[in-house]
Amino acid sequence: MASVTMTVNGKSVSGNVEGRTLLSDFLRNDLQLTGTHIGCDTSQCGACVVHVDGEAVKSCTMFAVEADGTDVATIEGQANADGSLNVIQQAFQDHHGLQCGFCTPGMVMSAAALLKDNPTPTEGEIREYLEGNICRCTGYHNIVKAIMAASGQDVSAVAAE
Amino acid sequence: MPKDGGIGASTTRREDVRFLTGKGKYTADINAFGQVSAIFVRSTVANGVIKSIDTSAAESMPGVLAVFTGEDFADVGGNPAGWLINSRDGEPMKEPKRPVLAHGKVRHVGDAYAAVIAETEQQARDAAEEIIADIEELPAIVDMAAALAGDSYVHDEIETNQCFDWGWIEDNRAATDEAIKNAPHVTTLELINNRLVPNAMEPRASIGTYDAAGDSYLLQTTSQNPHLTRLLISAFVMGIPENKLTVIAPDVGGGFGSKIYHYGEEALVLAAAKKVGRPVKWVADRSESFLSDAHGRDHVTKIELACEKDGTFIAFRTETLANVGAYLSNFSTATPTFLHGTLMAGNYTVPNVYVNLKAVFTNTAPVDAYRGAGRPEATYSIERVIDMAARELGMDPIEIRRKNFIKPDQFPFASAAGLEYDSGNYDALMDKMEAMVDRKAFEERRKASEAKGMLRGLGINAYVEACGIAPSNLVGVLGSRVGLYDAATVRVNATGNLSVMVGAHSHGQGHETVFPQIVGDMLGIDPASVDIVHGDTSKIPFGMGTYGSRSLAVCGSAVVRATEKIIAKAKKIAAHMLEASADDLDFTDGQFAVKGTDKSVSFGEVALKAYIPHNYPLEDIEPGLEETAFYDPANFTYPSGAYACEVEVDPETGKVTVERFTACDDFGNVMNPMIVSGQVHGGVVQGIGQALLENTTYDENGQLLSASYMDYVMPRADDLPFIAVDHADGTPCTHNPLGAKGCGEGGAIGSPPTVVNAVIDALQSGGKNVTHIDMPLTPARVWAAMNNA
Repeated sequence: MASVTMTVNGKSVSGNVEGRTLLSDFLRNDLQLTGTHIGCDTSQCGACVVHVDGEAVKSCTMFAVEADGTDVATIEGQANADGSLNVIQQAFQDHHGLQCGFCTPGMVMSAAALLKDNPTPTEGEIREYLEGNICRCTGYHNIVKAIMAASGQDVSAVAAE
Repeated sequence: MPKDGGIGASTTRREDVRFLTGKGKYTADINAFGQVSAIFVRSTVANGVIKSIDTSAAESMPGVLAVFTGEDFADVGGNPAGWLINSRDGEPMKEPKRPVLAHGKVRHVGDAYAAVIAETEQQARDAAEEIIADIEELPAIVDMAAALAGDSYVHDEIETNQCFDWGWIEDNRAATDEAIKNAPHVTTLELINNRLVPNAMEPRASIGTYDAAGDSYLLQTTSQNPHLTRLLISAFVMGIPENKLTVIAPDVGGGFGSKIYHYGEEALVLAAAKKVGRPVKWVADRSESFLSDAHGRDHVTKIELACEKDGTFIAFRTETLANVGAYLSNFSTATPTFLHGTLMAGNYTVPNVYVNLKAVFTNTAPVDAYRGAGRPEATYSIERVIDMAARELGMDPIEIRRKNFIKPDQFPFASAAGLEYDSGNYDALMDKMEAMVDRKAFEERRKASEAKGMLRGLGINAYVEACGIAPSNLVGVLGSRVGLYDAATVRVNATGNLSVMVGAHSHGQGHETVFPQIVGDMLGIDPASVDIVHGDTSKIPFGMGTYGSRSLAVCGSAVVRATEKIIAKAKKIAAHMLEASADDLDFTDGQFAVKGTDKSVSFGEVALKAYIPHNYPLEDIEPGLEETAFYDPANFTYPSGAYACEVEVDPETGKVTVERFTACDDFGNVMNPMIVSGQVHGGVVQGIGQALLENTTYDENGQLLSASYMDYVMPRADDLPFIAVDHADGTPCTHNPLGAKGCGEGGAIGSPPTVVNAVIDALQSGGKNVTHIDMPLTPARVWAAMNNA
């Protein structure tokens, strides 16, 4: 067992983990931050995306010990200080960018990372960036639309509803 | 115009807030006090005799509390098929037992034959590695035709691999044969409806808890229908009295059919919880999902369309082999029969239809209903062969369909495949689709594609499906062993807010938002004051859950009926309060008013009176304000659509790109257009996935080659365009109180043939003599078809 200490959503946390413990398991099991989801076992689905030192990371591809000393952000820390939805979250609700909600935390975290680097991405850039996040419910239509809206673009011309 | 937040409004979803902030509570997120972990040991061979299983080393591993094998469940029941199909000769189908854990034989890769319970998941995993099973591998039975011809069996005791040989409608067979024999033109198409894995993003998971004090059990599980799961476990598998078993399906991360069924893992965690005296939790990893979730589709079909030289349809005749896998999953016998054969007349007045379907056992995972369930298979066969016939006859693909459409004034229409379609307007859908596509503009787009060396094709399609399952009396006659009503309890609390307990289960459909829109609209109150309770058998009335696009048409109708009872009772109370006759009261905008006066009481005042019944006519009216309704529909609902897809095909590589997709649907009256559009987007993309990307591949040894997201190609954001949808001005369903038709599956039903028709059109436009390619239309397949043609 190894001791790890990191900042998660602005709070310092520590724990004892096995060498094989994944960051995703540490977040879910040790910290009870179950908003980070596990949808596959091959690092394909993206339901577990978090930010580590500001970069989007699939938390199932990283050992907890590798995150020692880092600054981690998860879906639980994304809302505004007053508890209201942030711009991206609000856009997902406004544009029906989620159905079952399982891929949603990873989608929101990926979208946030995209918009940090590219504040007004094109439809094509969004679709390419989301290649590592799988959604089975929405057909991605309203996810792409929500991210465009969150970046301040006019989505009224996007087909239907 | 819809009332603010009422029926017809695109109200945003209240459930989104918890999902967007990481506060959703899926089964894997639940940790019961003192819980331990279960890990399953699964067969690595497709077919084998279990000679022995040595669990001694595993039992002595650190943290191990118990090890189970099939022997431990030899005396309990099997997981049954929910639908009895009789063969053409009247013989009932073959129903081999499906045990909790494999016993005697393993029958597919992934078939669980042991389970380890340990303090931690890692300890259980480590111990599972120490189980030594001596399994004598037998040749795998994978190909359906070979399975029927061979003399070795998936289930030795039934001495055949044929589950049933079904004819629909058998009395129509001779006339259909005769019509085809004498027809001026017959188009024949042999096709494969590719096997798919539903792939809800949340893997299955279950937690079993046993309470010795009450000798009672709790199962928290990823289910689309907790009451059906309880019924199956209680009445068939384990014999736990229903009133000693609570099943809770909390937030569920998608289903698409795969979570309708009861699976052995659910029984195992309950049995294990009793044995070790601790809650037992199991969470599948994705590999297990691929190996053990019920798969979908997997038909091999020959379809013939007989028609006049002018394109008038005379007959459809179909022969299909349908794979049911190694065991009968709960709905697996209904899916290829009554959800498929009954739709084989499509949107058309064709007078003769006959379907012969043989269901075949193989050494593969069970196959059952996946989004659309039988109707995508029917639509694909019909709409592909129609396109091929149009090409052979030199007719326009839209013209040939319009020529044979059932016309608006012909409804209700008794189809040649045995259903009575209640309403529809297929020409209007086609008009709308043609306007959205603009075929003149398409010709310009085609030229532009050709200018850059690409081929462009336009594929179109019409569909009708039967959903909102279903009338219990009808399905009972057809072999169903369950009823298919649904139920709702509307509880008005003393302070005027409402709890509505529903039998439908929401795993993405938005029930928590839409059902309050309906109740709020009917009562003239703010929908925000109505909360939906679902998924917990200890709280909700006995409903049949969510699948077959039934939540709104069936459970929504139960909500309406229960709310009507509330209004009727509240009116009596109001009449007493107003010292008037109930007949003299109007109820509008939440106020009971005496006609022609200014005397009124609000719904909230009536609710309070019901719970504080002072000065109350107790001799005539019970206190309280709570009503339950069970709703059993009179018919299926029949949504329909006209779809168009435009593709570009790269003639150098065979790569297909979907450039545009248009979906015009008739879902009857729409409660929340935003949510309905979302259902169409998702369904269409699953259909595009089937047409271009997804395939479940077993090799000749029964090894699943596509058992991860590295190998099974899920549609991703960059595979797709935006989808243009329109579902305004539908023809209302004539038999349910909402006028609503199911909207959950149309997208997945209508889209696969649309995409394939588009690719064939593109290839033909480039002078390639290609008339059919089996799905998925991968670059390799398209390239091979182009270059061998």
